[in-house]
Amino acid sequence: MALVTALPQDTEPVAQAPISYWRAVGWRLARDPATLVAGSVLLIIVLSALLAPWLAPYDPSAGSIRLRLAPVGAPGHALGTDEQGRDMLSRLLWGGRMTLVAGLAPVLVALALGTALGVLAGYVGGLTNTLVMRTMDVFYAFPAVLLAIAISGALGPGLPNTLLALSIVFVPRVVRVAESATVQVKGLEYIAAARASGAGVLPIMRHHLLANVLGPILVFASTQVSLCIILAAGLSFLGLGVTPPAAEWGLMLNTLRQSIYVNAIVPALPGLAIFITSMAFNLLSDGLRDAMEIRA
Amino acid sequence: MNAGNGRAPLLQVRGLRKHFPLRSGVLQRTYAWVRAVDDVSFDVYPAETLGIVGESGCGKSTLARLILRLIEPDAGTVRFDGHDVRGAAPPQMKRLRRDMQLVFQDPYASLNPRLTIEDAVAFSLLVHDRPRDEARERARALLGRVGLDPRVYGRRYAHELSGGQRQRVNIARALVLDPKLLVLDEPVSALDKSVQAQVLNLLQDLKAERALTYVFISHDLNVIEYVSGRVLVMYLGEVVETGSADALAQAPKHPYTQALFASAPSMDPDKRMERPPLIGDPPNPIDPPSGCRFRTRCAFAMERCASAPPALRPVGPAHEVACYLFS
Repeated sequence: MALVTALPQDTEPVAQAPISYWRAVGWRLARDPATLVAGSVLLIIVLSALLAPWLAPYDPSAGSIRLRLAPVGAPGHALGTDEQGRDMLSRLLWGGRMTLVAGLAPVLVALALGTALGVLAGYVGGLTNTLVMRTMDVFYAFPAVLLAIAISGALGPGLPNTLLALSIVFVPRVVRVAESATVQVKGLEYIAAARASGAGVLPIMRHHLLANVLGPILVFASTQVSLCIILAAGLSFLGLGVTPPAAEWGLMLNTLRQSIYVNAIVPALPGLAIFITSMAFNLLSDGLRDAMEIRA
Repeated sequence: MNAGNGRAPLLQVRGLRKHFPLRSGVLQRTYAWVRAVDDVSFDVYPAETLGIVGESGCGKSTLARLILRLIEPDAGTVRFDGHDVRGAAPPQMKRLRRDMQLVFQDPYASLNPRLTIEDAVAFSLLVHDRPRDEARERARALLGRVGLDPRVYGRRYAHELSGGQRQRVNIARALVLDPKLLVLDEPVSALDKSVQAQVLNLLQDLKAERALTYVFISHDLNVIEYVSGRVLVMYLGEVVETGSADALAQAPKHPYTQALFASAPSMDPDKRMERPPLIGDPPNPIDPPSGCRFRTRCAFAMERCASAPPALRPVGPAHEVACYLFS
C-alpha cells in the first residue's frame, strides 16, 4: 500500500470558507427586487392566513340578511359583505388558508412522489422507465383542468378529495421533469466515476444524483403552485372542491358571481386575491430559476 | 506476447466485444449495430504502461469502460489479478473496484458540481466503509500529493478550479482507494500543452511512487510515446498492431500505424509533410468494410483484404500486426 505523506496541520487555513451552492442561491434571491416584493407579499398572505382566527373581525360563516352586499368601506365591514351578509375580510382571511393548502399541498406531494418516481425511472431505465413513463403519459394526455374535474367528480366534493385529485394531476408533470433531468445527469462522468468506485445505486442517488437534479425539479414545481391554486379555485367554483359554507376563494367567486350587477367590486375581491397570490408564486419561481443558474 | 518476461499479467483481456444497438420507432426495434469494440485481446503486466492509440471513434473509451465493467461486454473475458471481472458477483465486484480505477477525459463533466473537491475524493473511501474522519484526512493528503494544497483547495467546488486542477482532483479520486491499475481515458486531451506536461509528469511520478500499472488511452501519439512501454494501435474497434513503443516508432508495420506516425506533428522542419498520409474520415462503425477494416483508406489494399479480416501475427519480438502484407 502506498504511503501518503500527511501535510503539516498546524498552519492556519489560507482560503476563506467556500460558499455552498444553496447559500449562493439564497444570497442571489435576497438581492433580486422582484423576488423580494413577491416574497414579502406572499409572507403577508401566508401570515394572514395562518393568523386568520385572530385577525378576522367576524365569524366567516355568520351573516346577517339585513347587511347583504354591503359595499367596500361600509362601517364595520372594511371590505363589504357577501350575498349572505357575511364579512368579506373575515372570509378572505379564512379562505386564504384553504386556497394555500389546496395550492401547496398537491404540489408538495407531487414534488416528493414525482421526484422519487422520476429519478428511479431515469436512473434504472429499461423496463422500469417504460412502465413508469408510459403510465404517466396516460395522465399527461388529458388537459390538467379536465383531469382534475374528472377525478374530483368521481371522488365527490370536499377538501381531501380535491387535494387527492390535484396531486394526481401534478405527479406526472414532476415525474417527467425529474426523469429527463436524471437521464441527463446520469450520463455525466462523475456518476460513472462513482460507479467505478464501487458505490451502489442508493449512495449514488443520494450524493451525486439528487443534489444535481433537485434544482430544475424545484424550479418546475414552484411554477406549478400558481396553476394549482387556480385549479383548486376552479374546482371549488364548479362545486367540485371545497363545500359551502366553508370560505374558499374559488367558492366565494362562484357564490358572488350573481351579485356582480349589484356591486361589481366585492365579487371581484376573491378573484383579486387569487390573482395576487398566484402572481407572487410565479415571480418567486422566476427569481428561483434565475438564482439557480449560478454555476459556470 | 512475452512483454511480461514470464510474469503473470495483471490484466488479461480476451476477445472483448461490444456492439451498441441503434433503436428507433415505437417498438424500439434495433435496426443497426455500432461495432464499438470487436474481438480485442491484450495483456497488461504489473508496473508497465500500455498505451492505446487510435482516432476518435475507434472504441478506445468504450474499451476503458469495458475493462472496468462500467458497461457489460457482449462477449469476451476480462481477468484482473486472477479474478474474472465479468463474472464477479456484486460484493466481489465492489472489492475488485478498489484495485482498478479510471481517470476520465472531460475534467468538467467528471466532478460533481455540488461537492467540494475534498468530499469528491473522500466519497470513494466512504463507499468502502471507511470512517468519515479518516476518509477526509486521506483525501486531503492525496490532494496535497497531486499538487493542490488542501488548505487552499479542499473546500472549493469544481467550478472554481481550472481544467488542469480538476484533472489533478480526478487523479486523486482515482488513487484514493490505492488501486493497482489505473485506466486513463485521454487524461490530458482536454488540457493545454503546458498543463499537459505537468499532469503527465505527475502521472509518471505517481506511477513510480505507488508501483502502479497504467492503461493509457490517447489519440495523441506524442503523449503515447512519452508514457508507454508498449502500445496497442486500434482502428474501428479492432487491434491492428501491438508492440513496444520503440519498435512502433522506429518501424511501424501496419499501414495505419505508419500513417499515424507520419501524421503526428513534428518540430523538425525537414520532416514536414507534403501531403496528408491519411485521407478521409474513418468509415462508419455501423457498417464497417468487410475483411480488413482499414482497406478503404489503405494505399496497399489487395483483393484478399476484402475477403476476411487479417489476424494478428508476430513480426518481431513482442511485435504483432494484423495485415496481409506481413503474412
